[in-house]
Amino acid sequence: MILQAVMFYLFAVVAVASGVMVVAARNPVHSVLFLILAFFNSAGLFVLMGAEFLAMILVIVYVGAVAVLFLFVVMMLDIDFEELRSGFMRYLPVGALIGFILLAELVLVFGSWVIAPGVAGVQAAPLPANAAALTNTRALGDLLYTRYIFAFQVAGVILLVAMIGAIVLTLRSRVGVRHQSISVQLARTRAEAVEVVKVPIGGGVGD
Amino acid sequence: MPIGLAHYLTVAAILFTLGIFGIFLNRKNVIIIMMSIELMLLAVNINFVAFSTVLNDLVGQVFAMFVLTVAAAEAAIGLAILVVYFRNRGTIQVSDIDMMKG
Repeated sequence: MILQAVMFYLFAVVAVASGVMVVAARNPVHSVLFLILAFFNSAGLFVLMGAEFLAMILVIVYVGAVAVLFLFVVMMLDIDFEELRSGFMRYLPVGALIGFILLAELVLVFGSWVIAPGVAGVQAAPLPANAAALTNTRALGDLLYTRYIFAFQVAGVILLVAMIGAIVLTLRSRVGVRHQSISVQLARTRAEAVEVVKVPIGGGVGD
Repeated sequence: MPIGLAHYLTVAAILFTLGIFGIFLNRKNVIIIMMSIELMLLAVNINFVAFSTVLNDLVGQVFAMFVLTVAAAEAAIGLAILVVYFRNRGTIQVSDIDMMKG
């Protein structure tokens, strides 16, 4: 129990601190690296809550794909980041004000909030009776591939559309660059490649 | 005091507020704005999983997975648009993105 509390505070404090650094870092590359740290610590929080599968998904998808994508883009674009930060101090008061208001509202909500007494009876998918013998991944898969199969397939289609969209958006055919086009080469026939010219003997050049 | 639902909700609330704060603070830099959005989605996911654990209901984790899917798709498309925009205009300043006069 005490170990769980220690781990929770460790993960929570590091996650929040790296969240601050994502927002406040001077260099966007550092921002991305702190974002990765925040994701790792949130994955730790997920493990503490018993959602191991989501924790691993978070590490693989977010750290392995999304954050690396951010890193690529930050390093690929040649941007003067100092110039982009010029309004930082000017926007600080209004940003702090709005953040403070939002946080106060959330604290007020948490302070006066209770779970309705009958909510335990209306669970959409309660954990099965043999929950102790069932891993989190197995239980999630049992639910996802049966009752939520339609939503799961729609999620797959969304990812497919995103993939094709990203490829189409960034694809460009540059003009003036010589490169091999194999299909055009293979489509050539003898008729269009070779021309036999009948030259009259003794006719000379010209008409 | 044992670690309960309120602790996780507090962490999620702080992360969400940091995301909002980041959008206001870095309103010239689209990349940091997108990172702040990712931070907010992460906070939402923490809320989902916390409630899923406390209420003993797996649907929260299923929904968190769908949030993750949409977040990944959104990041990919957003960064692709950003790259194309930078290629065409040579800048990613938010104040310069005004071609549609919206």
